[in-house]
Amino acid sequence: MAQNSLSKDQNFFLKIIKKQIFIPIAALLVLMLFNLIADPSFFRVELGTSSLGYPVLKGNLITILDNASELVILSIGMTLVTSASGGQDISVGAAIALAGSVVLRVLCGTETRPDHLHAPIIVAFLICCIVAMLFGAFNGVLVAYFKLQPMVATLILFTAGRSIAAWINNNQLPIISEPKFGYFGNFFPGIAIPSPIFIAILFMIITALIMRFTKLSLFTQAVGINAESSRLNGINPQFIKFITYVILGFCVAVAGFIKVSRLSTINYSVIAKDIEMDAILAVALGGNALSGGKFSISSSIIGAYVIQFLTITLYKFEVPAAALPAYKAIVVIILVVLSAPVVRKKLADMKKNFAAKEAN
Amino acid sequence: MQDDVILRLEGICKEFPGVKALSNVQFTLHKGEIHALMGENGAGKSTLIKVLTGVYQKDAGSIYMDGAPVTINSTQDAQKSGISTVYQEITLCPNLTVAENMYIGRTNEMTTSWKKMNAGAKQLLDSLQIPASPTQQLSDCSIAVQQMVAIARAVDMDCKVLILDEPTSSLDEREVEKLFKLMTDLKSRGVGIIFVTHFLDQVYSVCDRITVLRDGTFVGDYLISELPRVQLVSKMMGKELDSFEDIKQEEIADTIDRRSEPVFEATGLSSAAGVNPYDFTIRKGEVNGFTGLLGSGRSESVRAIYGADKVTGGRVMMDGKEVKIKKPIDAMKQGIGYLPEDRKHDGIIGDLSVKDNIILALQVMKGMFRPISKADAEKFADEYIKLLGIKTASAETPIKSLSGGNQQKCILARWLLTNPVYLILDEPTRGIDVGTKLEIQKLVLKLASEGKSVTFISSEIDEMLHVCKRLIVMRDRHVVGELTGGDLTQTKIMSTIAGGEKK
Repeated sequence: MAQNSLSKDQNFFLKIIKKQIFIPIAALLVLMLFNLIADPSFFRVELGTSSLGYPVLKGNLITILDNASELVILSIGMTLVTSASGGQDISVGAAIALAGSVVLRVLCGTETRPDHLHAPIIVAFLICCIVAMLFGAFNGVLVAYFKLQPMVATLILFTAGRSIAAWINNNQLPIISEPKFGYFGNFFPGIAIPSPIFIAILFMIITALIMRFTKLSLFTQAVGINAESSRLNGINPQFIKFITYVILGFCVAVAGFIKVSRLSTINYSVIAKDIEMDAILAVALGGNALSGGKFSISSSIIGAYVIQFLTITLYKFEVPAAALPAYKAIVVIILVVLSAPVVRKKLADMKKNFAAKEAN
Repeated sequence: MQDDVILRLEGICKEFPGVKALSNVQFTLHKGEIHALMGENGAGKSTLIKVLTGVYQKDAGSIYMDGAPVTINSTQDAQKSGISTVYQEITLCPNLTVAENMYIGRTNEMTTSWKKMNAGAKQLLDSLQIPASPTQQLSDCSIAVQQMVAIARAVDMDCKVLILDEPTSSLDEREVEKLFKLMTDLKSRGVGIIFVTHFLDQVYSVCDRITVLRDGTFVGDYLISELPRVQLVSKMMGKELDSFEDIKQEEIADTIDRRSEPVFEATGLSSAAGVNPYDFTIRKGEVNGFTGLLGSGRSESVRAIYGADKVTGGRVMMDGKEVKIKKPIDAMKQGIGYLPEDRKHDGIIGDLSVKDNIILALQVMKGMFRPISKADAEKFADEYIKLLGIKTASAETPIKSLSGGNQQKCILARWLLTNPVYLILDEPTRGIDVGTKLEIQKLVLKLASEGKSVTFISSEIDEMLHVCKRLIVMRDRHVVGELTGGDLTQTKIMSTIAGGEKK
């Protein structure tokens, strides 16, 4: 009887450990535990005032959720691109600069300090979406139809994107004084939670609905696992690959919009710098194979939060900004190795052997 | 002969989580004999081979070479003991030359003497009469020659035991002949050969002894002369076989209405894969076949029907109406299903579950925005798993962990689910055990009796004769004949394939 329940527990445990989402969640929990032990005040959330004078929530947790928003949105698109094309888009950082620049160009016209907006914000957002998706489509065409390696194909925009972004605004750095524009990256008046969190949640809900009501995930995975087989089953692998890049383009547009809204201005060379690497990392941390195929978007999303949690934790421990990447690298290597299928299998085997011994 | 045992396995056991793959298996190989290892899929042949070559480690039992016990824990150990293996899939490097492939990883010197290497390779190739030059790039050789180069490499490594794991499954008959010649040659040099294959004919034409495994246990070790075919099959299946003849008796009455509108009719169809324009018709409830040697264009022809390769010309009519089939989805919409020849590369989506693999084609036809509900998908999957007797732990198991035969059944299920009017099956029984083969043949006849049209391709003429009512014979990418009724005999087919009547 006792043995039975033991093995049942073990089975349950094995099942959990085998789930792809286990590693990112475990990493998140470990980070939380670490902070809880080191300094419980890390989790304190208190009421502060926003720059506009409204009462808002402040605290590390809020900062993490807030700052992770762009990364979460990007990681969704990056997961799809990775799955279908077996490669990653390294141009998303540059594309965000581009998208942000388009928003400012539309809102400011040619002025650098406009006293009024030249177009409604929604128009600026839509145009930014179109432009970002076009650039996504450009990458998609190179990858899907010209069969370039994704990294090589996206290297083009990676290199050129920020210059194009600067060129769009004649190398000016327009600043928008209209407070309404800042709502999307900061707070809506009267709401105590940063808006990017809502945008990210909305994005996740939309993604969940798309995954639920279309078979995008089945088709994407099928193409990623075996493109020829998919083709013979009537799927158009090129189109699926292409469309994932366009979807990532949309993610870039939203992320770029949030980014410029946060500051109401743009710095072409710094905005969203290295975010592509974090997005790829989020996908990897989620236990998704970077060579494509099966994927779990929720794991990538948690992976994105883990990265942000880690960054804020390191800030909290006053790691100098310059040394941050090195510390991050150490944690990342541990996580990625742990989530490697080889290691996970080994761990599961070890657990099983242990259970078997105990049963004897 | 009884005294010169080179390899003896005793009481080999191997367990995988939940499965006893081998239990107390024995095997004896003599010097200079070709020994067939037979069994259905899942009988434990591959596991035994892998234990012997050090890929898996046995749980119990002992291995003796020349009477002395050896431990084999890695593939290196196996090679050192003189056991070499040539696998079904070529494991050489196609971008290197023949000689490089023969010597790769085996030279100990700091530098390579190309001259010496090429000379050595040439000598060996000549002595084995393998038609390849040492400096030729391997990918330029035919599959059969590549296979032979792999064998030459194994032989040169001073092997006493040579394991050939399904070496003939991608060879045509002439190539098989050449391979057999090489095998008998090696046999006369005293090499013991373990030959794993599904082809009964080949076993009887070249082997000396047969060991039969079933469900991971040892059934028996027989001299070839003492074990007639029917006996062998019944030993493999573990029951008295209701014989291949039964299928013939189940002959459905010829209900095909010859005057009716053909289900599918093509004129002057050709494709970029190099099929010369040909005409083809199939009627409701008819089973026909394309036959010819490997490379004769039979697969390419049916691929053209399905739009799998770029169609370069021809008119296609379905039910008397002209239709355009340019890509697979067009064919699927017309109710054509296609089970490809290469299951692994063109058929299955390895990492996806059995369920997703089964619903895939139907889902694609419905389109991305009209998903099959979870409940329906499970219902479909369970239904077909039961109907076709697919052996899988659950519908959620990744298809790649199933055996070949069960994978093939999943692909069949995929197409049956779309309820096609015309089903093209290219080598549905390749690499599949006898039992499943019979099941698939019966299924094809049943489908035909339900009014579906089927094109059936197989390398085994026997099988084609059992299943097809009409055979289209191909040679060198041309249709060279069409056989029906009384012409459907082995000899007639052979002579049509061989040709020579014209010219």
